[in-house]
Amino acid sequence: MSGRWRGRAGVAALAAVPLLALTVFFALPVAGMLARGFWVDGEFDPLGVLEVLSRSRVHRVLWFTVWSAGLATLVTLLLGLPVTFALYRLRLPGGRALRAFLVMPFVLPTVVVGVAFRTLLTPSGPLGFLGLDGTPAAIVAAMVFFNLAVVVRTVGGLWEHLDPRREQAAAALGATPWQVLRTVTLPALAPAVVAAASVVFLFCATAFGIVLTLGGLRYATVETEIYLLTTQFLDLQAAAALSILQLLVVTLLLYAAHRTRSRREHAVERASASSVARRARRGDLPVLVVTGAAVAFVATPLLTLVLGSLRVGDAWGLDHYRALGSAEGASARAGLLVPVTEALANSWRVAVDATLIAMTLGLLVAVVVSRRGRTPAERRTLAVLDSVFMLPLGVSAVTLGFGFLVTLDRPPLDLRTSPILVPIAQAMVALPLVVRTLTPVLRSIEPRQRQVAASLGAAPWRVLATVDLPVAWRPLLAATGFAFAVSLGEFGATSFLARPDRPTLPVVIYQLVSRPGADSFGMALAASVVLGVVTVTVLAVVERLRVGSVGGF
Amino acid sequence: MRFHAPRQRAAVRTVTAVAAATVLLAVLAGCSLGGGEEESTPGSQRVVVATHGSWNMDRAVLRAFTEETGYRVQVKPAGDAGELTNKLVLTKNSPIADMVYGIDNTFVSRAAEEGVLAPHEPADAIGAELEPQDAEVAELVTPVDFSDVCLNVDDTWFAEEGLEPPSTYDDLADPRYEDLFVTPAPSTSSPGLAFLVGTIARYGDDGWEDYWQRLLDNGAKITSGWSDAYQVDFTAGGGGGDRPIVLSYASSPPFTVPEGGSEPTTSALLDTCTRQVEYAAVLEGAENPEGAQAFIDFMTTQRFQEALPENMYVYPADADVELPEEWAAHAPTAEQTWDLSESTVAENRDVWLQAWADLAQQ
Repeated sequence: MSGRWRGRAGVAALAAVPLLALTVFFALPVAGMLARGFWVDGEFDPLGVLEVLSRSRVHRVLWFTVWSAGLATLVTLLLGLPVTFALYRLRLPGGRALRAFLVMPFVLPTVVVGVAFRTLLTPSGPLGFLGLDGTPAAIVAAMVFFNLAVVVRTVGGLWEHLDPRREQAAAALGATPWQVLRTVTLPALAPAVVAAASVVFLFCATAFGIVLTLGGLRYATVETEIYLLTTQFLDLQAAAALSILQLLVVTLLLYAAHRTRSRREHAVERASASSVARRARRGDLPVLVVTGAAVAFVATPLLTLVLGSLRVGDAWGLDHYRALGSAEGASARAGLLVPVTEALANSWRVAVDATLIAMTLGLLVAVVVSRRGRTPAERRTLAVLDSVFMLPLGVSAVTLGFGFLVTLDRPPLDLRTSPILVPIAQAMVALPLVVRTLTPVLRSIEPRQRQVAASLGAAPWRVLATVDLPVAWRPLLAATGFAFAVSLGEFGATSFLARPDRPTLPVVIYQLVSRPGADSFGMALAASVVLGVVTVTVLAVVERLRVGSVGGF
Repeated sequence: MRFHAPRQRAAVRTVTAVAAATVLLAVLAGCSLGGGEEESTPGSQRVVVATHGSWNMDRAVLRAFTEETGYRVQVKPAGDAGELTNKLVLTKNSPIADMVYGIDNTFVSRAAEEGVLAPHEPADAIGAELEPQDAEVAELVTPVDFSDVCLNVDDTWFAEEGLEPPSTYDDLADPRYEDLFVTPAPSTSSPGLAFLVGTIARYGDDGWEDYWQRLLDNGAKITSGWSDAYQVDFTAGGGGGDRPIVLSYASSPPFTVPEGGSEPTTSALLDTCTRQVEYAAVLEGAENPEGAQAFIDFMTTQRFQEALPENMYVYPADADVELPEEWAAHAPTAEQTWDLSESTVAENRDVWLQAWADLAQQ
């Protein structure tokens, strides 16, 4: 009995740090903004908020948000799963590079991607004949572009270790490849697939720059409405109503995801990645075709960026890249305070801090929520805890950002001027991704292994180090790389927390795009390419950092 | 399932070592904020300036201010003019800064009404004609700079097509210019809002909606932001779009002087301009009001004023300050602009934007 209590106390202690961070940096600011919507001129007015929810415009906005995000999630999954299979289960030339490459969109500033997409789709652009400029299809396509990496990486972490012998057994018993996939592979992957789908949906439902840019203002989502109501109209009541709506939708989604996941989550037999991967066969052709299409889909807007960055007047050249390193010439004309290379160094420093924070908190959360509760009450608590850490992804960045301003403004929490706020804000964005990458892997570990280790006298940390770590090592690296990438690319929160004399690279890119003149535009594209290449390189290096024997059962 | 305990233990040891080494290296190499130098200026010597995202100022100019007064400037960007104003209103009980710079004439009334600003009259006043028309508001703020939001045309395109470029608002609705115009939306872009104000000043309360209907019927394209309109859709922008008429600034043409050329390839239509004035003001409840006043006074000096065009792409409020060569040659300001008083804009903005959105989102 006392052992169990000690166990629970241990869990509570582990959960305390991330919970505290979540309360201060998420719950408090959001609650602060909501309160301002509910209290109008000092009077509590919940009916005013309810009234907003009955407006027909709100219904329209909600419907568009749900269907566009839902469709984008579905397409991302349909495209992402074959790609994951190809990149994690087949031995393909350059497969590792492709994995890193697919993350590139994830770090590019939305404003640049918006411009790249529109350059392609505008009636005079190379894909103008499709007539997609300003349509919902363009919005959905951009959402898929951004989120493909989420599916590939979240599912890949589990898939690459899935023991193929079950599948082989099923096939030997006469199951068709489709039956094997449906009855063996997908159920085993279900937890990771659901996790990826819920993250993608949340990202899409709160996408904002991309909807504004590509929708040409004809389409509004809950997120863009909150942005306009808060920043332009200062209608906090309506903004609060929409934020509540957002929270409601997110909670429902997380509940549904949890139900689906918990019915399917179980330990799986694992094998080492090297023994699992096999050569491509003729039967893999459809998968390879889809993968090729996905890569082309991601590469096309990126190619526009690269070509644009090399375009100097009517000729080609590296002038825009050369301009990145100096504060004179084109940089000065574009009004930059620091050369782009210095901004890159700032981004790097912030990203290291953000990654350390996100990984520390994320690991704690993942270790806690991946435990199997012994009683129904314990299981419910863990489930709630699990979902709570997803909330930051589903709530408006505008509400959160303004909330920072109105709540973290007096001692002991006067953090508005602290430089540490930038990495913290970025870590809050990366945290759910870290948790979602690690939790399915930790849950897939046979708990009896831990019990065996414990009964042989291993201390809890020892169990963690000998049972969990070898399995989680690679996903851990993947999550680290992912967190780093998120931080490098984060713009929304950073743009109003970063100091102008120490801007990050996305902030500088945004400044460059906002200046007239072909020079600054070219530099913005060149800087985006640099950001993308740096990220991909970091990810590729991080993924190589592994020790041969680890994970080899 | 096989269990290689000894091999694993060795592996774990390696893993831990690698992880520790990585973290250690990263921190030691100064790859973290902890490695960067930290300034700690006491509050009494620091002036915190809340401003918009386009803030940009030569370090040398700011250093001159520090040398003169002993105050250090710390800048805090807070979104565009609208977002900036709303942030100040929301944080009025515990201001985020000592002063604000960049509230424009479309938002200044809201800030004044909400009691966010404290009165200050700089030592030598500049730009008297740019002061708010409302005397009570004028007491609170100091005009620092202005820009003229005007239609820009791609002269090269029009010459190639053999078409006379437009020159007035009316021309935009002319079928000859069908599908040639792109503008950022007034709800998401401050030049867009200035354009809307210009059309309301030109056509009046009763006529502007009808004008916008004609514009939209003539294929006007709406984007969310300025960069989107200029860089993607404008024929002379970075992306090579297909619309030769764009809403931009009177100061944009000098940026289109080609390498080795002497004339810009675009020009601003000076009969279609709206004036955006940017103000500075001390914030009510500022921690360092003296410092804020000193910096506002500094903003009206020649040193700061003449640095404005090249750093922030705006015209100095002080008309006596010399403009950079390229500006003097290619970026004249409008003699007459289509303006409305700040209070008219403040009272009606939300209604106008709603009416505009209803038109545009049909």
